[in-house]
Amino acid sequence: MSVEEPVKDVDVSMQDDEEQEEQLDTEKIKILPGATEDGTAASFQILDEDHTLGNALRYIIMKNPDVEFCGYSIPHPSETKLNIRIQTYGDMTAVEALHKGLDDLSDMCTHIEDKFAEKINKADYPKEEP
Amino acid sequence: MVDNIVHIEQDRVTNTVSNDYPDTSISNAFRRIMISEVPSVAAEQVYIFNNTSVIQDEVLAHRIGLIPLKIDPDLLNWVDNSVDESDKFTDANTVVMTLDVSCTKNPNAPKNSTDPKELYRNSSIYARDLKFEPQGNQLENFKNPIEPADPDILLAKLRPGQEISLRIHCVLGIGSDHAKFSPVSTASYRLLPTIDIIEPIRGDDAKKFQKCFPTGVIGINNGEAFVKDSRRDTVSREVLRHEEFNGKVKLGRKRNHFIFNVESTGAMSPEEIFFKSVRILKNKAEYLRNCPIGR
Repeated sequence: MSVEEPVKDVDVSMQDDEEQEEQLDTEKIKILPGATEDGTAASFQILDEDHTLGNALRYIIMKNPDVEFCGYSIPHPSETKLNIRIQTYGDMTAVEALHKGLDDLSDMCTHIEDKFAEKINKADYPKEEP
Repeated sequence: MVDNIVHIEQDRVTNTVSNDYPDTSISNAFRRIMISEVPSVAAEQVYIFNNTSVIQDEVLAHRIGLIPLKIDPDLLNWVDNSVDESDKFTDANTVVMTLDVSCTKNPNAPKNSTDPKELYRNSSIYARDLKFEPQGNQLENFKNPIEPADPDILLAKLRPGQEISLRIHCVLGIGSDHAKFSPVSTASYRLLPTIDIIEPIRGDDAKKFQKCFPTGVIGINNGEAFVKDSRRDTVSREVLRHEEFNGKVKLGRKRNHFIFNVESTGAMSPEEIFFKSVRILKNKAEYLRNCPIGR
């Protein structure tokens, strides 16, 4: 029994891991063919996103000084697919640049939200059309 | 980043001035999200029991769908479409409203009157005739009364003997699915106009210069024109048509100063809609950050 029990435990935890993996959206983003060997340049395809995220993300990734190029396109208007291409100067991989871009974007949203809330709470703005 | 809020008109319109804002790509993301991705509540199912009016069932249902409702979207859950039809709608995700009206003759109508409003009762059906039917413990959960944002929206016209009896289910949705779910009538942004007076403009020219712009843009101090409030400029560029101001003035835009104009349909305040758009963009970024990258 004492030998079997730990084995059981491992099984249970592995099942948990698998369940978590299933909850994650594995279809959302994938790397398109045409990435360089070292990973400094790659294209990604994101599903169910449009210009709203595409253009904002493109802008924020381009702000990264390590990124040489970032562009996006929506290959066909009736498919909800977004292709985004990232090329770096070589100091970081395209995946790292994408992740940094997403982090920067959410940090920026937090900042805008805080600043706007601060201004609203102060309520020192006129209520009528100036 | 958000430097100063110029004005928030009660309930409906906001003008938000944001300074040192990075770029149009970010502003445009907020504008797009406000129009098509901030959730709001609208009629989705209309069950018609009786409709003997001249307006067809589907046209009436469409009109009802487009009425903006004063329902806080945070109080409702999303309808789960995987659930069986009979269990899909609960008090947690659906607001039920009813419309039961019939038109009758007015026996006390003044003689020789030709006005339907005097001749008949209930000859015009308005959005205010929709009555909220609380389900479960909705009466306690909803603090504000459930009603259309504007009570005076005309839905149908009736004549004596005609009647409408129907029941509507209102659910959460987003503007990209159907415009009736959009929480804004308009959401737009523009750049702050700039007016630089390069050479002093004095005397009669100053008065003429002032007239080239909407009221309040240009002030005159000791006979010399100065820029009082460039935000009020409509960018008509009228001043460029007059030769005497040639080379004396430079018109432009401040590239990082965005003025948002958000007109709510009435369910949420415009500042709340803006807040939600920021949060939705943040959620999009965070969700994608946590997604594993496949091949």
